[in-house]
Amino acid sequence: MVAKTLYDKLFDSHVVTEDNGTAMIYIDRHLVHEVTSPQAFEGLRLAGRKLWRISSIVATADHNTPTNGWDKGLSGIADPVSRLQIETLTENINEFGAKAYFPFMDSRQGIVHVVGPEQGATLPGMTVVCGDSHTSTHGAFGALAHGIGTSEVEHVMATQCLMQKKSKNMQVLVEGVLGKGVTAKDVALAIIAKTGTAGGTGYAIEFAGAAIRALSMEGRMTLCNMAIEAGARAGMVAVDDTTIEYVKGRPFSPKAEQWDAAVAYWKTLHSDDGAKFDTVVTLKAEEIQPQVTWGTSPEMVVGVDGKVPSLDLAKNEVQRADWERAYAYMDLKPNTPIDEINIDKVFIGSCTNSRIEDLRAAAAVAKGKHVAASVKLAMVVPGSGLVKAQAELEGLDKIFIAAGFEWREPGCSMCLAMNADRLEPGERCASTSNRNFEGRQGQGGRTHLVSPEMAAAAALAGHFVDIRQFV
Amino acid sequence: MEAFVQLNGLVAPLDRANVDTDAIIPKQFLKSIKRSGFGPNAFDEWRYLDHGEPGMDNSKRPLNPDFVLNQTRYQGARILLTRENFGCGSSREHAPWALEDFGFKVVIASSFADIFFNNCFKNGMLPIVLSPEIVDSIFNQVDASVGYKLNVDLNAQTVTTPNGEVYPFEIDAVRKHNLLNGLDEIGLTMQQQDKIKVFEAQHKQAQPWLFN
Ligand code: SF4
Repeated sequence: MVAKTLYDKLFDSHVVTEDNGTAMIYIDRHLVHEVTSPQAFEGLRLAGRKLWRISSIVATADHNTPTNGWDKGLSGIADPVSRLQIETLTENINEFGAKAYFPFMDSRQGIVHVVGPEQGATLPGMTVVCGDSHTSTHGAFGALAHGIGTSEVEHVMATQCLMQKKSKNMQVLVEGVLGKGVTAKDVALAIIAKTGTAGGTGYAIEFAGAAIRALSMEGRMTLCNMAIEAGARAGMVAVDDTTIEYVKGRPFSPKAEQWDAAVAYWKTLHSDDGAKFDTVVTLKAEEIQPQVTWGTSPEMVVGVDGKVPSLDLAKNEVQRADWERAYAYMDLKPNTPIDEINIDKVFIGSCTNSRIEDLRAAAAVAKGKHVAASVKLAMVVPGSGLVKAQAELEGLDKIFIAAGFEWREPGCSMCLAMNADRLEPGERCASTSNRNFEGRQGQGGRTHLVSPEMAAAAALAGHFVDIRQFV
Repeated sequence: MEAFVQLNGLVAPLDRANVDTDAIIPKQFLKSIKRSGFGPNAFDEWRYLDHGEPGMDNSKRPLNPDFVLNQTRYQGARILLTRENFGCGSSREHAPWALEDFGFKVVIASSFADIFFNNCFKNGMLPIVLSPEIVDSIFNQVDASVGYKLNVDLNAQTVTTPNGEVYPFEIDAVRKHNLLNGLDEIGLTMQQQDKIKVFEAQHKQAQPWLFN
């Protein structure tokens, strides 16, 4: 038998037909949110089509939902355009159906990539799609998961299939043991520093090695979440006991006699010995430091003890031009030490870092201390209603509030600033999200991507600090 | 979907690498539940001097004179010329919708982000990858001559310059066929529904938990 990669196994086991190198692959799970679905539902309606398999759909509202003022309900959404989009999702689900729908303010509502796994709606071996690029998150389960555009959302709704060309295989090997205070987020950013944001284009990435196996499921989700920032549509991690332990007992996980059969199959979901990768990238865990982005792309990143790089380090003319624009947009001079950069706001949240372990880590840093007077706003936005409830059960909300953080309702929030949470022009933010593009968190806003621990520490100090001084 | 066969169009140069989908269409415009009307807000943050929100009368907003697409010589452009990793970031199809609504049918770059590239084809747009050297040379030519047009022939898979240089490009056979004929992909897949049903039945037998 030919040795296969995990990606090969997942892809091949979902091929319905193949023609000229383009395969039709079957989709097991379709996650739906309010921003990229209305035009797809409208398309179905116009063509008189139905959902192929209602039980494949799990839907929630997340991008537009406010993170405060929930006592006022829907009418608390100040922006009528946002409100319409949220209401439209409810109408569409009522009309077309879904296996599960967690509407605005449901206790299980939250960011679609947090909700899927916590419900057990994401399982090993699945093909998972969503009209959102961070669908790569679900690859943490040994699933083939990637973002699709709205036309494809409609295509999957109508046919349960997607036309796909097979990607190339990339293995990212992280061997060794991560240092104290170094998280999955730092690993993700360190990988992007090495590959560049286009390095993974055309590839499916499998993350492997001792440091990856040592990560919790939440850490693996953080890592796979950022695969798209390395240019890869899909990132994944092989199934092991950590995966199976996490999935067990969740609402939509297999039960009773199905469970054993599922586990037996899931245990085959790893790359075979001798499987061939088109590219292998290797990192040493010990060399990875807490990372801070300085520019307007996730690849513009350095270790916390580093400096904003100077132009002579740029690899070519195109990068020089990019960096010059980034210095201007970020209002930073080359050679500025990272720990001298002062911040105005702090955002702890997003599908990258808003799960319970993220909040625990940030709370451990904030406990008994206070946000610096120079910081205008430090906010914590749990990834879902269930994460929020768990955090409150553990008293994390009290720690944050006592330390001067705002404790909000779940949603995407200031990760992309579609709701009211945003940066004002010129404001600088330490953010646990995944994109530092120009204007991402508000027009003219300046984003520095960091781990939850690093964000919390920056909130206390008013500037970036090396978290390793705290742990 | 509208077919794409051939185009002789004015070229507008956007000389940046890594142009992301947030730049192509800022998120406040994603709140629309429609598929059209995004053109006036394409590159909104670069194009206008004020902050744009849905519902504004864009014709009254102050234009940024330094932004390339605002220059008189590029009005009516149908082909966007840009640099590596164009369309990186989100999966939002609003990005190609905005470019198409603006008037672009073709985007030429030295590389594209995956999902954006794919989304273009779903909307009758043709993304073309040419080598960085060729892209560089076209940038110089566009700069040097006002009214610079390229001829794009999908059937022949060529881009031809005004002085007769011909650059071939690659395209997947299935995508080419669908684009040339303006085929509705959902309709095409529906023709294979028997095969989908057979697969689904086998899949359900092997992994029943996926269908709970
Ligand atoms: S949290 Fe941010 S990246 Fe994640 S789905 Fe929401 S907007 Fe997208």
